[in-house]
Amino acid sequence: MSFEQSTIINLIITGVGGQGNILISRLIGQAFIEEGRTVTIGETYGATQRGGSVASHVRISKENMPYSPVTPRGKADIIVGLEPTESLRMLTSYGSPDTYVVTNTRPIHSLEVAIGEADYPSPEVLRDCTNRLSRKAWYINASEHALNLGNALLTNIVMIGALFGTGLLPLERSQIEEQLKKSFKGEKLSVNLRAFELGYGAVEAST
Amino acid sequence: MGIESDEPGSVQLLMGNEAIARGALEAGVGVASAYPGTPSSEVIATLAKVANSRGLYVEWSVNEKVALEVAAAASLSGVRAITGMKQNGLDVALDFLANLALTGVNQGLVLMVGDDPGGLSSTNEQDSRHVARALDLPLLEPATFQEAKDMAKWAFEVSEAIGNVCMLRSVTRISHARGNVVLGELPSTKKQAHFDTSRSYAGIGGMADKLHRAVHEKIARIISLYESSPFNFYLGPQEPELLVAACGSGWLYAMEAVRTLAQQKSVGVLKLGTTWPLPPVFLGAHLKNAKKILVVEEVDSFLESNLKEFVVDHMAGRDYIFFGKASGHIKPYGELNVDVAIQAITTIMGTEYESRDKSYEEKSRDAADKYIPPRGSQLCPGCPHRATYWAIKNALRLQGDDGVVAGDIGCYSMGLQPSGFEQVKMVHAMGSGMGIASGLGKLERFNFRQPVLAVCGDSTFFHAVIPALINAVHSESDVVLVVLDNSGTAMTGFQPHPGTDKDAMGVSRPEIGIEKICEALGVPTMVVDPYDVPATQKAFLKVLNDKGKTRVVISRRECALIRANRQAGPIAKMRIETARCLGNDCGCDRYCTRVFKCPGLIVDKESGKVRIDEAMCSGCGVCVSVCPQSAIAAEAVQ
Repeated sequence: MSFEQSTIINLIITGVGGQGNILISRLIGQAFIEEGRTVTIGETYGATQRGGSVASHVRISKENMPYSPVTPRGKADIIVGLEPTESLRMLTSYGSPDTYVVTNTRPIHSLEVAIGEADYPSPEVLRDCTNRLSRKAWYINASEHALNLGNALLTNIVMIGALFGTGLLPLERSQIEEQLKKSFKGEKLSVNLRAFELGYGAVEAST
Repeated sequence: MGIESDEPGSVQLLMGNEAIARGALEAGVGVASAYPGTPSSEVIATLAKVANSRGLYVEWSVNEKVALEVAAAASLSGVRAITGMKQNGLDVALDFLANLALTGVNQGLVLMVGDDPGGLSSTNEQDSRHVARALDLPLLEPATFQEAKDMAKWAFEVSEAIGNVCMLRSVTRISHARGNVVLGELPSTKKQAHFDTSRSYAGIGGMADKLHRAVHEKIARIISLYESSPFNFYLGPQEPELLVAACGSGWLYAMEAVRTLAQQKSVGVLKLGTTWPLPPVFLGAHLKNAKKILVVEEVDSFLESNLKEFVVDHMAGRDYIFFGKASGHIKPYGELNVDVAIQAITTIMGTEYESRDKSYEEKSRDAADKYIPPRGSQLCPGCPHRATYWAIKNALRLQGDDGVVAGDIGCYSMGLQPSGFEQVKMVHAMGSGMGIASGLGKLERFNFRQPVLAVCGDSTFFHAVIPALINAVHSESDVVLVVLDNSGTAMTGFQPHPGTDKDAMGVSRPEIGIEKICEALGVPTMVVDPYDVPATQKAFLKVLNDKGKTRVVISRRECALIRANRQAGPIAKMRIETARCLGNDCGCDRYCTRVFKCPGLIVDKESGKVRIDEAMCSGCGVCVSVCPQSAIAAEAVQ
C-alpha cells in the first residue's frame, strides 16, 4: 500500500490557520524534489488565514511538468488533517472512495461553535463520516503527544510522523528526518525528531 | 541554499514570488521598492532579506505610487529596479505610471502586479492587464514557477529593449504557490548611479501627443522579440479539433484538464506568455490550423478579446468559433481551476466527465451540510482591534444617535463581521474611510445628525489617510478618526512603515509619530490603550460628544501576533471563577462567548460554564471588564 507506481500523488495537508500545515508541506515537498520529482504546492483557505480553514495541496509528479496548485475535485489520494472537522471538510470536497485519511482527533472550535451558532460533531459521528467517505482512516491524538512534549505547535510534526507510519508515501523515513535536520538545530531538532517518532509509533499502535 | 544560492543548475522549491525575486537577482537588480499587498508582498520581502549581502537598496515605501517613483528614479539613473504591488495598488500607482509610460525609462524597470482572482485577500478581483494595453506597455504572464523566475529576469531585457516599463502579471496561484525552480547564474556586476542631466522626462509643454506616438512605436518594436520567445509554445496535434489558448495559471488548468480527459489527440493547447502585444507570426502559424478556440485565463476576457481582434486583423477569410467568458463556457468572474476547464472542454467536445460518482457526491454533501461547522473569519485572541471595536460599540450605543463607522483596509476590516461586532459599515480603498467620513461630517445643512467615525490602521494612515484627514481638518468636518495603531502592517506580514523605527533592510530609521502629524494639523488628539476598556470607552464617548470639528483618537497596542512572534508569552494568566460564572443561565445568554466572541473563551458542554482555552488565550485581560458577573480574573505571570 504505497503510491510508488503513481505518476501523480495528491496529498492534502489541512488544519486551522496557525497549526503549521505550510511548514510540513514544504518539508515533504523539498524531500520529493531531492528525489528528482516535480512538486507543486498550493494553498487554499476559507474566509481568513487567521483561525480559518487552511489546506496545502502537495502534488508530487514523476513528469517534468507542474500540476495545477489546487487538487481537482475527487482527486485527493491522501488527506492529512491537523483538525478532525477540517479533514472531513477536505474529504467532502476533494476525496473519493480511494482516499486515505490520517487525522488528528483533537477539535478546535470555530467562532460559530463558540458562540453557539453551530454544533461541533461528536467524535463518533466524525469517525463514522470519515470512514464512510474514505478507503481507510487513521485517528491519532497528535495534540496530546505534542502537549506531552511541552508544545502544542509540535502537532504538525507528530502528524508527519503518523503519515510516514502509514507507509503511504514512497519516501524513506530518513529522507524526511534529513529535512527536519536542515530546518531545526540543537534542542529544537531533538524535540521535533521525538515528535516525529511519537507520531510514527502512534500509527503502529492504532492498527 | 536559499534565494542567494550561487549554484546554477540546482533545483529549489520556491514560492512564485520568491522565484520572481530570484529572477530579479539574476538580472542584477539594484533597487526594489513596494507597499505590501497580498499576493505580491513576498517579492520585495525576499529581496529585503538579501539586500545587504547583495548590495541592493530595498524599501517598503509609503504607498504604491511612491514605490514606483522610487524604482523609476533608479531606472532613470542607470540602475535596474523592480516594484511589486497587488491589483488595488496598481490603481494607486496608475497616475504616475500613465505618465512614466510616455516619458519612458532608462535601465530595466519591472512592474510586478499580483492579481487576486476571486478576491481571496482583496476587496475586488480587478484584472491589471487592461492597464498594460491601455498604456502600451509590454505584458508578460508566467504560467509556472520556473517561468516566474525566467520571465522576471527577461522582463528587464524587454524593458530596456524599448525603454519602457515591463509589466509582469502574476496571480495568487502562481505567486503564493510553490514548485521546482532551476536556478541560473547570479551576476557580479557593480552598479553606478548617475542621472544624465542632458536629458529630460516630461509630457508637459505640448509634448504629450509626440510622446504618445513614440510609445506606439516602442510597443511595435517589442513584437520581434516576442515572436521568438520561449514562453510561447504549442502542445498538441497538427490540426486540433479544439485549440485551447491559455496564459498564466490558466495554462496549468488547461493542460491538466486535457490530460485528465485524455484528449491529447484532439485538443491542442497554445500557451502564451507574452500577452501584450500579441506576436502575429507565431499566432498566425497556430491559428491557421484551428477552427474552434477556447480561451482559458484568469479574471477578464483580456486574451479572448485580443484574439478576436487579432483574427479580424490578421486572419481574413477564415471562420472561427470562440468559446470562453463571452460565450459562457467559462464564468466571467471568480477564480478558475482544473474542473472549470474540464467542464468547458467537455461541453464543447460533447463528451462526459464525472469527477465523483453520484452516491459519493451525495454522501459528501450530506456530511458537509449536517456535521461540518463553518469556520469563518475572526480576529485573533488578544487582538487590540477587538477591544477597540468593543469600546466603539458601547460608546456609540451610549451616545445614542445611530453613529456611522467608515472602515478601511487591514485586519480591522473585520469590523464588518461578527468578530468586530459589525460596527463597520463600509470598506472600499486605502484611505477611503476617512475620505467618506470627511464628506459625511459636512452634511449638517441636510439635517445629518449622526456621529461619524473613521477607523484606519497605522500603515494605512501613512499610505492614504493623511490627505483625507487634512481635508477634514481644513473643511472643519465633524468627524472622529480612530487610528488603530498596532505597530506594523499586520495583515500582510508585519512589514515596517514610516511610523516604525526600522526599514525593510533592518536599518534604523527615524519614526514618524502619528500624533505629531495630528498635532501639526492642530487637530485634538488623544491616545488610548484599548486593553484598558473602561478608559477607552470613556474616551470614545467624550470625543463623540465633543461635536464640532475633526478629532483623532489613537488606539495604540501592539498586534498580538507581533508579541507572540517575539515569544513574549501570555500577558496574564486568565482564570474563571466557576462559582460566579452563570454559564448558560447568564442573564445575557453567555455574554462573554456569544456577544464578546473571543476565541480564547469556550463553553464547557458538560458544566455549561465558560472556561479559558489556554492554547488560544493571550492573556490580554479585556474579557475581565466584559463579564457582568465579574467571574473572569487576571493573574500576573511570573
